Amino acid sequence: MMSSNPAVQLNGVNFAYRPGRPVLDIAELRIAAGERIFLFGPSGSGKTTLLGLLTGILKPQSGVVSILGQDLAPLSNAGRDRFRGVHIGYIFQLFNLIPYLSVVENIVLPCRLTPERMQRLRGAAPEQAAKEVAGRLGIGELLHEPVANLSVGQQQRVAAARSLMGTPELVVADEPTSSLDFDHRERFIELLFENCATAGTTLIFVSHDRTLLPMFDRAISLPEINRVRT
Amino acid sequence: MVLLSLAYQSLKNRKLTTGLTIFSIGLSVALLIGVEQVRLGARESFSNTISQTDLITGARGGALQLLLYSVFRIGSATNNISYDTYVHFQKHPAVAWTIPYSLGDSHRGFRVVGTTNDFYEHYRFRRDRRIEFAQGRLPNGIFDVVLGSDVAATLQYKPGDPVTVTHGISQGRGLLNHDDKPFRVVGVLARTATPVDRSLYVTLFGMEAIHADWADGAPPMLGEETPAAKMTEQNLKVKQITSFLLRAKSRIDTLRLQREINTFADEPLMSIIPGVALAELWRTIGYAEDALAVVSVFVLIVGLLGMLVSLYTSLNERRREMAILRAIGAGPRKIVLLLVAETVLLSAAGAALGVGMVYGLSAAFQPLVERHFGLYLPIQPLSVGSFVYLAAVVVAGLLIGFVPAVKAYRNALADGLSVRL
Repeated sequence: MMSSNPAVQLNGVNFAYRPGRPVLDIAELRIAAGERIFLFGPSGSGKTTLLGLLTGILKPQSGVVSILGQDLAPLSNAGRDRFRGVHIGYIFQLFNLIPYLSVVENIVLPCRLTPERMQRLRGAAPEQAAKEVAGRLGIGELLHEPVANLSVGQQQRVAAARSLMGTPELVVADEPTSSLDFDHRERFIELLFENCATAGTTLIFVSHDRTLLPMFDRAISLPEINRVRT
Repeated sequence: MVLLSLAYQSLKNRKLTTGLTIFSIGLSVALLIGVEQVRLGARESFSNTISQTDLITGARGGALQLLLYSVFRIGSATNNISYDTYVHFQKHPAVAWTIPYSLGDSHRGFRVVGTTNDFYEHYRFRRDRRIEFAQGRLPNGIFDVVLGSDVAATLQYKPGDPVTVTHGISQGRGLLNHDDKPFRVVGVLARTATPVDRSLYVTLFGMEAIHADWADGAPPMLGEETPAAKMTEQNLKVKQITSFLLRAKSRIDTLRLQREINTFADEPLMSIIPGVALAELWRTIGYAEDALAVVSVFVLIVGLLGMLVSLYTSLNERRREMAILRAIGAGPRKIVLLLVAETVLLSAAGAALGVGMVYGLSAAFQPLVERHFGLYLPIQPLSVGSFVYLAAVVVAGLLIGFVPAVKAYRNALADGLSVRL
C-alpha cells in the first residue's frame, strides 16, 4: 500500500453546503504518504469541512478528491463509507466514544464494523490487538472501564487507539488536544507520532493552536490554500 | 450481529425509557393475547356447559328456545310434553339414560327445576365433571329442595331453611305463591360455573304436588287446597314434563333417535344435538368478541406509537453517537439498521413480556374469574391466532423502526462529522 501514491491529492475542489455560498475552493493540495501534517486556520475557516471531503463524508460540487490513489467521486455512498472504514482513522475534538460501550469495546468497534480492518490484524484477536495499542498509549489498565469513568485525556487516548486499530493508512485528528492542558497535549501528540511511525501512517492533525506547529513535518494554513474569503 | 449487539447495549444504556417502552408494549400485547385467550376460553367453557348429552328433547318449537330454557334456564317453553312420551323414550332400547326437566316455577328470580335422581347421577359438564354436593343430601321427599351454589350463596340459605316456590318466572316475590306447600332445603350443590348453579332442584313429585289442585292454569279456591300432609307419591301422578336430556347407548344411534323423536306420531316433539345448537348460538353472540378484539388491536397500536415517540425523541440526544459511528465507517445504511434493530428488539421483548403477563395473570386470577363470572379459563398453549398477533407485533416494530431510522439517516448525512455541541 505504501506506493508512490500520495496520501491525499486534491485538484480544483469546490464545495458549498448551499448553492451560491461557497465554503472551500482549493486549487491543489498534496500530502505524501507517511507525512505528519499540521493543518491550521481560525474557527469557521472550513477545517472540518475539508476533513469531511477527505474522508468521503461530504462530496465536492466539482474537482477531484483522491485518497491513497483512489478517486472518491466514482464510489457510491456506501462505497465511500466502506473506504473510510477500511483506510481512515478519525479522532474528534471531544466526545469520541460510544457512551454505552466499555473502553475495549470502543477500541475494537472499527474492526467489528469493517471486515477488512479485521483482516489487517493478521489473525490476532481484536481484543488482543486493542490491548497492545492501548498499552502503547498508556491506557492498558482501563480496558474494561465504562467510558464515563475516564478523564478527558484518557478518553482522547482511547479515541486514538481506536483510530489506529488495524493500521489505517490515514489518521485524521480534528482538534483532539484542544481540551487538554499543555503537558498532556505534547505527550498525546508524541504518542500519536510514535504509533503512526511504526505503521507508516499519514497523519493530518487539525488545530487552531499554532504552538504545536514545530512538532510536525509540515504545516498547511487553510486560509492560504482556500480561495474562498470568509 | 455487530449491529444487534450495539442496539442491545444502546437500549441497555437507556434502562428507564427502554423498560417503560417494553412495559407498555407488553401491556398491549398482554391485552391482545389475553382477549384472544379469554375468547377461546369462553367458547370452550360455553360449549362445555353441558357434556355427554346426545339429544335435548322438548315440545316442537324453536331449537334455540329449547336450548336456552333447558341448558341456560333462559326463557320458557311454550308447551310441555306428556310423561308417557318421556317414559317411552326412557325405556327405548337405544337409550342409555335420560334426565327429565319440569320447568316453569321460580323462587326469587331463580328457576325451580323438577327432575329425578338421574340428574345427580348422569348430568355431566366440562367433558366429564359431575354434580357434587357441597352440603346435605339428595332430595328424597316430595317437599325436599336442593340449591345450586349461586342460589345458596345469594340467598344465604342453608339446609333446613324453608323455600316458597312462586308460580311462573318472576323476580322477587311473585303474585302467585305456592305458600301452602313450602319446601325445605336438604342440600346444596358444589359450584359448577355453569347455569346449574343458578337453579333450585325439586323432585318431579314435588313439582306435581304444588300444582296438584290447579286446573286450567288457575290456582285452587281458598280452602280447597289439598293439605301438604296428605300428599304422597302414591296419590300423585306425574302427568307432564317440559323437556328431557338423553344419552344414546352408542353415538351411531343418536341421529336415528333424533329422527325417531322428531317424527314421533303421538305428540309433536323436537330434539336437538347440544353441540350443534351451542355452536350456532355462539356464532350469533360472537360479535361481542370481535368488538373486543378490535379494541385490543387499537391498544396495541397505541403501545407501538409510544415506542415510536420514545425512540424518535431520543434521536436528538444521540446525534453525536451517530456521527461517531459514521466517522468510523458505519454508513447511513448501517445506522438505519441499528435503529430498526432497536425497535425489533423492543417489540420482541414487549411481545415476550406480554405473553408472560398473560400466563402469570391467568394463573393468578383463574379461580377468581371462575368464582365471580362463571367463566372457566383453561391455561392452554397459545393459539395459532396469538402467534399471528405476536409475529405482527414484531413486524410492526420493524416497520415503525424505519421512521426514526430515516430521521437518523437524514441527520447523519446533514451533520457529517460536525455536531455542534
